[in-house]
Amino acid sequence: MNGGTAMNGGAAMNGGTASAATPLLVAEDLHRRFGGTVALAGASLRVDPGEVVAVMGSSGSGKSTLLHCLAGIVRPDGGRVRFDGRDLAALSDAARSALRREAFGFVFQFGQLVPELTCLENVALPLRLARLGRREAERRATEWLTRLEVADVAGKRPGEVSGGQGQRVAVARALVTTPRVIFADEPTGALDSLNGERVMRLLTGAARETGAAVVLVTHEARVAAYSDREVVVRDGRTRDLESVA
Amino acid sequence: MYTPRVYTVCIVVRVSIGQTFLGLLEASPRHGYDIKRLYDERFGHARPLAYGQVYATLSRLLRGGLVEVEAVEPGEGPDRKRYAITHAGVTDVRRWLSTPEKPEPYLQSTLYTKVVLALLTGRDAADLLDVQRAEHLRLMRELTRRKRDGDLAEQLICDHALFHLEADLRWLELTAARLDELSATVRR
Repeated sequence: MNGGTAMNGGAAMNGGTASAATPLLVAEDLHRRFGGTVALAGASLRVDPGEVVAVMGSSGSGKSTLLHCLAGIVRPDGGRVRFDGRDLAALSDAARSALRREAFGFVFQFGQLVPELTCLENVALPLRLARLGRREAERRATEWLTRLEVADVAGKRPGEVSGGQGQRVAVARALVTTPRVIFADEPTGALDSLNGERVMRLLTGAARETGAAVVLVTHEARVAAYSDREVVVRDGRTRDLESVA
Repeated sequence: MYTPRVYTVCIVVRVSIGQTFLGLLEASPRHGYDIKRLYDERFGHARPLAYGQVYATLSRLLRGGLVEVEAVEPGEGPDRKRYAITHAGVTDVRRWLSTPEKPEPYLQSTLYTKVVLALLTGRDAADLLDVQRAEHLRLMRELTRRKRDGDLAEQLICDHALFHLEADLRWLELTAARLDELSATVRR
């Protein structure tokens, strides 16, 4: 999760280290195979600070693999990913893990909250992992639960809340360390239209307030419409729709 | 919603017959009768074009310098003219095919025609679909912004438009996935 530098730097660091002309995250000519299956075959992407980019594509197009490569979760077989000018492949595993904790936030389709912890503890967890004191961590977690309109479920465990509430808790957890990039993989995939819209409104609204960039993987056009720009992945290759319009 | 009648009416009302003719002529020069037959087969379905409409359209295209009479051949009745597209006509078709349509309901008929003509004339139909997709998404972003800042009535109105646009986009995606199949059918 997030913590450390981003937590200490707070919102001030978001977008502050790079000008609008300098990309925050750049993927160039990424290739990745899983056994005999080609997932990426020359995918490229650029994300500017504070930008919300939707990565669209059908099932199996390679969009989730692209997100995992961008986030340093999966190593590409070819090509490179640079975050804030740093080549992710040149970083040690420990340095990459630290980067994911400190500068990245994650929202997945099924929340992936820790079932034994309360919602408040789940949101405070990244701050606790970054060695912030319990009281301060829970104070910040409460603030984010309130912003995400789920303060009332703070004391409940994930199994006791609705899908929509759980997903908003997951968004709060992704945002609590004020990351510079939020990676959201089908964040509304398990929700109905109304809850999906609410999650997207709150996610993109909070990201814009804090200056975080968002890489949003989705196959739903109405979800992608919350972005500034769409990129389509087909057969492992990217196409920026801005370039054809 | 898209019953054969609605679909056919939409094609006749919405699609530019002149530009469809030009697209058919770009593939090869044809007599007026052949143009009508091809049009009816591919785009007219249960509602064929009237001959008067065919020749009025061809006259208009001739006056505009978009087609020319390539040959006049004697027939049983009046002489048969064979029409060919001019450079200006090709330019006109290219411009029409590369310009996205304003997103609106019943768009599929026009888009279908464009895709078929792109395939018939050897153009990149996937590109055409992507251009349209970008235009749809641009409007969807705009509606989403309006919805975010609007009251409940505004939100509901925008939602209605967004769901329609989303349906169009699904069609665009499905068609893009079936281009090879459609191409084989069109060229048969």
